Amino acid sequence: MADNFQHEKNIKESSVRNFNINFGPQHPAAHGVLRMVLELDGEVVDRCDPHIGLLHRGTEKLMESRTYLQNLPYFDRLDYVAPMNQEHAWCLAIEKLLNVKITYRASLIRVLYSEIGRVLNHLLNITTQAMDVGAFTPISWGFEEREKLMVFYERACGARLHAAYFRPGGVHQDLSEQLLNDIMSWSEEFPKIVDDIEDLLTENRIFKQRNVDIGIVNKDDAFEWGFSGVMVRGSGLAWDLRRSQPYECYSDFDFKIPVGKNGDCYDRYLCRVWEMKESVKIIQQSIEKLSKCMGEDVLIRGKIAPPKRSDMKKSMESLIHHFKLYTEGFHVPKGEVYVSVEAPKGEFGVYLVSDGTNKPYRVKLRAPGFSHLAAIDYLCKGHQLADVSAILGSLDVVFGEIDR
Amino acid sequence: MDESLKDLNEFLLSKCSEDIISSVIEHNHLTITIVFSSLEKITSLMKINNVCQFRTLIDITAIDYPEQEERFCLVYHYLSMQQNIRIRIKSFVKEEQIVPSITNLFPSANWFEREVFDMYGILFSNHPDMRRILTDYGFQGHPLRKDFPTTGYLELRYDQEKKKVIYEPVKLTQEYRNFDFMSPWEGEAFNFDNNDRELEEKS
Repeated sequence: MADNFQHEKNIKESSVRNFNINFGPQHPAAHGVLRMVLELDGEVVDRCDPHIGLLHRGTEKLMESRTYLQNLPYFDRLDYVAPMNQEHAWCLAIEKLLNVKITYRASLIRVLYSEIGRVLNHLLNITTQAMDVGAFTPISWGFEEREKLMVFYERACGARLHAAYFRPGGVHQDLSEQLLNDIMSWSEEFPKIVDDIEDLLTENRIFKQRNVDIGIVNKDDAFEWGFSGVMVRGSGLAWDLRRSQPYECYSDFDFKIPVGKNGDCYDRYLCRVWEMKESVKIIQQSIEKLSKCMGEDVLIRGKIAPPKRSDMKKSMESLIHHFKLYTEGFHVPKGEVYVSVEAPKGEFGVYLVSDGTNKPYRVKLRAPGFSHLAAIDYLCKGHQLADVSAILGSLDVVFGEIDR
Repeated sequence: MDESLKDLNEFLLSKCSEDIISSVIEHNHLTITIVFSSLEKITSLMKINNVCQFRTLIDITAIDYPEQEERFCLVYHYLSMQQNIRIRIKSFVKEEQIVPSITNLFPSANWFEREVFDMYGILFSNHPDMRRILTDYGFQGHPLRKDFPTTGYLELRYDQEKKKVIYEPVKLTQEYRNFDFMSPWEGEAFNFDNNDRELEEKS
């Protein structure tokens, strides 16, 4: 008895020093260049301090000294997983200030490629998230499909990644009928691939153990932290800018908005899978609609777009216009505008302040990932160290857009 | 959408007319410019009031107007998912003025305010963590100010001999070019009257 008492006395409470570790910047689950200083209490995360800016290129500063058209390619380099969705916001902002309305065919092509962008993004996100929690096969299956979509990008504009395809006033080139047919046949096969990936993950015991009830965001916190996109939909808010504040011609399309219930990583994963299926529906509808407006011009041939090549051969004015457009650029009337699109990651917004010259006075790019990552401390606190990478994966961060 | 914006505008004008300098609906977007001192009051009104319900802070940014006495224009974007409307709130601040932080109302303001501080050097009071966010550790200056050169001041490279990364002043093989495309009929860069007078004086 006395012996036992002696023993209890020896193991009195003593505070153990918390442990600090660096997560990244060279860590495959950091999804790019994120350096996160984690304060650990045993294996539980106490504090999470992300250091961002390792990919900061000063896009907003550079844009102030370039013309509106020269600025367009910078948008591909923001969220390089779904480049055209960013370009879309920029074009819409310019068009709104200029009060320009684009042709229906151009609008359909934009919708088509925005949805391809969404599939590209979700394929990457779902499969890399799976890899973060230990599944390797989905990524190789997903990347095969991404490769096919990249080829569609390439056939539309000549570049696999940095497209510069959407232009103020429409899109750069029309799509060939063959390309549309190929996208159509891809869209018929693709749901099968999604099902295959789902077979690997959705009911997978390990995947569920790693994601269910991890990183729960309730509705109120989704507001507080300025979340958008899948981050709010996963928490049960049916908020999608394509539906609530329709831009382009999204109001002509029939699609559903998948909404989660619990707001955990698993629900966000499910939302993304369903969104891909809905995107395929939109892709099919837009191809159908495109076949009804063959031959319509895809650029409005005003002051903001180049003249047709054939006109340039015959008309001096067209030649001058072409020269002026690509040297001086076009002028945008004085004013300010905020335009947002439902990018795959959430609300991507462009706040454009114009002073009436050929260059923007100030551009602010509102990246969805920025506010999502800002909440990482709130999301990770109290979770295990291994959950950090699962949460980070379901946030869907890309540093091109966060660091700008 | 326009109707609800008008209603909101009228409500705000009736509720706090002394705080609002101007309000305008442009491109289907309501912008109100407020007195700097009532920033906190308006922010909490935005969030708590039932007519507003702007519970999502979309963005905080600033614009630099170096020629103005109140140099910076702070811009807040809010979204109300309940009512499906957006609002932009602007307020002008002087260079050395300290802005009250709104992190206690909107936790998402934390990083946005850090970015504004990093890019413009505007300080926020009562901010829990006022550090730089996007620029390098130990960076000097505030890049998005109009008087900060696009090329910056320092460049870094790996030094083979010292075996470490070193910072050096920027060396450009070609001067940074900034073309002036303003037409002499539109811009103020060239003054025709003065030019004529100078020519007359010479002759």
